[in-house]
Amino acid sequence: MTSITAQPSQSSLVNTVIQKRLIGKAFFIAIGLFAAYRIGIALQANPTLFLQQVINGLQLGFVYALIALGYTMVYGIVRLINFAHGDVFMVGAFISFFAITRLELHLWLGKIAPNLPQGLIIGVGSITVVMLSMIVCAWLAFVIERIAYKPLRNAPRIAALITAIGVSFFLEYFGALQFVFSPNFITYKRPFGVVTWSLGADRLNALQPGIAPPAGSVIFSNIAVIIIVASLFLLLALNFIVQKTRIGKAMRAAAYDKPTARLMGINVNGIISITFAIGASLAGAGGMLYAIAYPSIVFWMGLIPGLKAFVAAVLGGIGSIPGALVGSLIMGQAEVLSAGYISTPMRDAIAFTILIIVLLVKPTGLFGEPSREKA
Amino acid sequence: MFKKISKSSLFFFGGTLLLFLVVQVLINNGTLNVFWLTLLRIGAVMAIVSLGLNLIYGFNGQFSLGQWGFYAIGAYAAADITWYWHNQKSAIALVVVLLATLLVGAAILILRRLFARVRGLDAMSAFALYLLVVVALVYLAVVISQPVAPVVSSLLLALPPAVSMQVVFVLAVLLAGLVAAEISFIFGLPVLTLGSDYFGIATLGFTIIVKVLLDNSDTMFGFAEMKGARGMIGIPKLTTWFWVFFFLILVVIITRNLLHSSYGRAIVSVREDEIAAKAMGIDIAHYKTLTFVLGSYFAGLAGALYAHINGFLHPNEFNFIKSFDPMIIVVFGGLGSVTGTIGASFAWALILEGFLRLWLPQGFETWRFVVYPLLLLLVMLLKPKGLFGDFEMPFLRQILPSLAPTAVARHEEVERATLTSSSGTVSYPGDRAENLPAQETNE
Repeated sequence: MTSITAQPSQSSLVNTVIQKRLIGKAFFIAIGLFAAYRIGIALQANPTLFLQQVINGLQLGFVYALIALGYTMVYGIVRLINFAHGDVFMVGAFISFFAITRLELHLWLGKIAPNLPQGLIIGVGSITVVMLSMIVCAWLAFVIERIAYKPLRNAPRIAALITAIGVSFFLEYFGALQFVFSPNFITYKRPFGVVTWSLGADRLNALQPGIAPPAGSVIFSNIAVIIIVASLFLLLALNFIVQKTRIGKAMRAAAYDKPTARLMGINVNGIISITFAIGASLAGAGGMLYAIAYPSIVFWMGLIPGLKAFVAAVLGGIGSIPGALVGSLIMGQAEVLSAGYISTPMRDAIAFTILIIVLLVKPTGLFGEPSREKA
Repeated sequence: MFKKISKSSLFFFGGTLLLFLVVQVLINNGTLNVFWLTLLRIGAVMAIVSLGLNLIYGFNGQFSLGQWGFYAIGAYAAADITWYWHNQKSAIALVVVLLATLLVGAAILILRRLFARVRGLDAMSAFALYLLVVVALVYLAVVISQPVAPVVSSLLLALPPAVSMQVVFVLAVLLAGLVAAEISFIFGLPVLTLGSDYFGIATLGFTIIVKVLLDNSDTMFGFAEMKGARGMIGIPKLTTWFWVFFFLILVVIITRNLLHSSYGRAIVSVREDEIAAKAMGIDIAHYKTLTFVLGSYFAGLAGALYAHINGFLHPNEFNFIKSFDPMIIVVFGGLGSVTGTIGASFAWALILEGFLRLWLPQGFETWRFVVYPLLLLLVMLLKPKGLFGDFEMPFLRQILPSLAPTAVARHEEVERATLTSSSGTVSYPGDRAENLPAQETNE
């Protein structure tokens, strides 16, 4: 480095510090070490509690993953932050609620063949309810895309963003009307009973009501198991669709380069609609799972999970499907651990601080590819 | 030798004076009741926030959702200052904020020059160093102000109560803007290096962080008077129509003069094409920071005015959903149109809070937020470039000469253009709609 202007020459130590960006790195490493130190202390002080928190975080993280996938897929293909996605998630929760309370859809098999075992009836019924809310959400997203986003495909990008905010408002406040979803909190009726187990050092026990769990055991319920299994199944199904089917291939092609994809005979508009529908169906399933885990639903319930999932998608690298999963798991852990060990009311601030730090260190997110220049 | 005042500025100042007087007379004789007056004041406040955002997004192309966070900071900073004076006759908050902003401002100015001499200092290291200095200086300000505050309080008490209240209020408004501007400088340092969408997300995160911090302002930060999530009460209602109008016109004139200067052309060139601007020797980082800080200053100013309208502040007024309001207004008015932004702000306040409340029939009050998004959708689908598009009132139109060979000819051209506002005028939003970074089409 030769300097042309007559600048005071910097000493070699200062030069190294500045050239290698050591001050900024030291700053972030200090923050990271502080967090690691807090987590380490927590782990040492009470390993069971820590494991308990991790399980809660996993449960939350997988729900976020289901929502985040919709954001990430839509952003990957049309570069639109679909703010209405969180409200589609809300609609999914309400559809499943009405299916369970009004239609009793979770018991339909029992009405046809009452002699079947109860577990089978409820299992099939719950899957039917999930399918219903997935289908309704997919249809809703399809309609939204056709009405609100497709006419603006060639308009300035900000117009579509404002439209997305408008759709989000509309879904929320239309849902808030008395004859739609009502403006009140509603207690969600789970399609199945809650069974809780305690996992001790030696064995797995079903927890009896009124009896304290053995000391040093981690408690988890069938809800966590169902959420994790269902989410993993849906994620694998999505991965199969995206990687192995013709539609998935077309989606990847359209995300990569729309004009060329069109030249190759791909119906890009149709693919965009399908992407919206698939993302929304995952959100619908996520809505039901979220309502099962946190059984209180209200018209604005999609706002915060939607935002968190969006942040998770950005954290993992928006446009990347494994990134959305990893980002969501990090987000779930960050939220639960910071609520448990640092400060409950500050957990959102901590989650967003993590987001900003990750963006600063790796601007495209953890798994994101550097953005391509588009022609 | 006086420069001849152009017809357009005469028209502008005459018009604003007339508008102010008409509204003031209507207020005085009671035609305009408190309801509509409040809406007018909220419209003016929204216009100030949105003008700041228009500067950042419309003219400089930085997709920022952090405007509402700076608005919140300004609101709470000013409310805290006037709260102490109004309720305890103590200037402690005023002195702390004054000293802290002055010290931090001086430190920023000095450190900027210092860092400019250091070759290759990255934004993150600079951010860490600034943060350290700022924390130290704020602590210093708090320590110094303990003995100074009683002196200032007694000085202010010597004035008549009404006068001292107004003095504290105006100082609070100006300082609130300064607080927001300084925070935006520190925060913008690393974040402005991010690309457009990521910058938007990071600033959205900032808004949410500010809201969460305000929720916990009493329990975690010791601002007992802010009362955290219960909402701050006891703020004097000092924002009159005169003050909002005065600050709005001030902001419009600052924006106009900035945009018409060489700074403004540099700011717009950053939006048009960063690489080309860099090639022309424009310091992109400098102009991005400058616009971001100025836009945040306006946001802080507006927040301070807003805090004194209702005398009540609640963190929920600053949640992230509301942070889209200025963005909606700016896009509605037409990106990069000052006139459009002002018009859209007043229209937004009057329609959303006024007419929709009054016109919806009995039993349909809850439909207000069903009609509003439908209006939003309709306007966006029919006019994606905003209601006002590229319209600009003559005073704000930028006069660019067409190809003129000599300075004299150029001067004549400008004169002619000013008087006739004919083909020589080029309004800025006109021909750049295709090139806006955020306006890049999807295909």
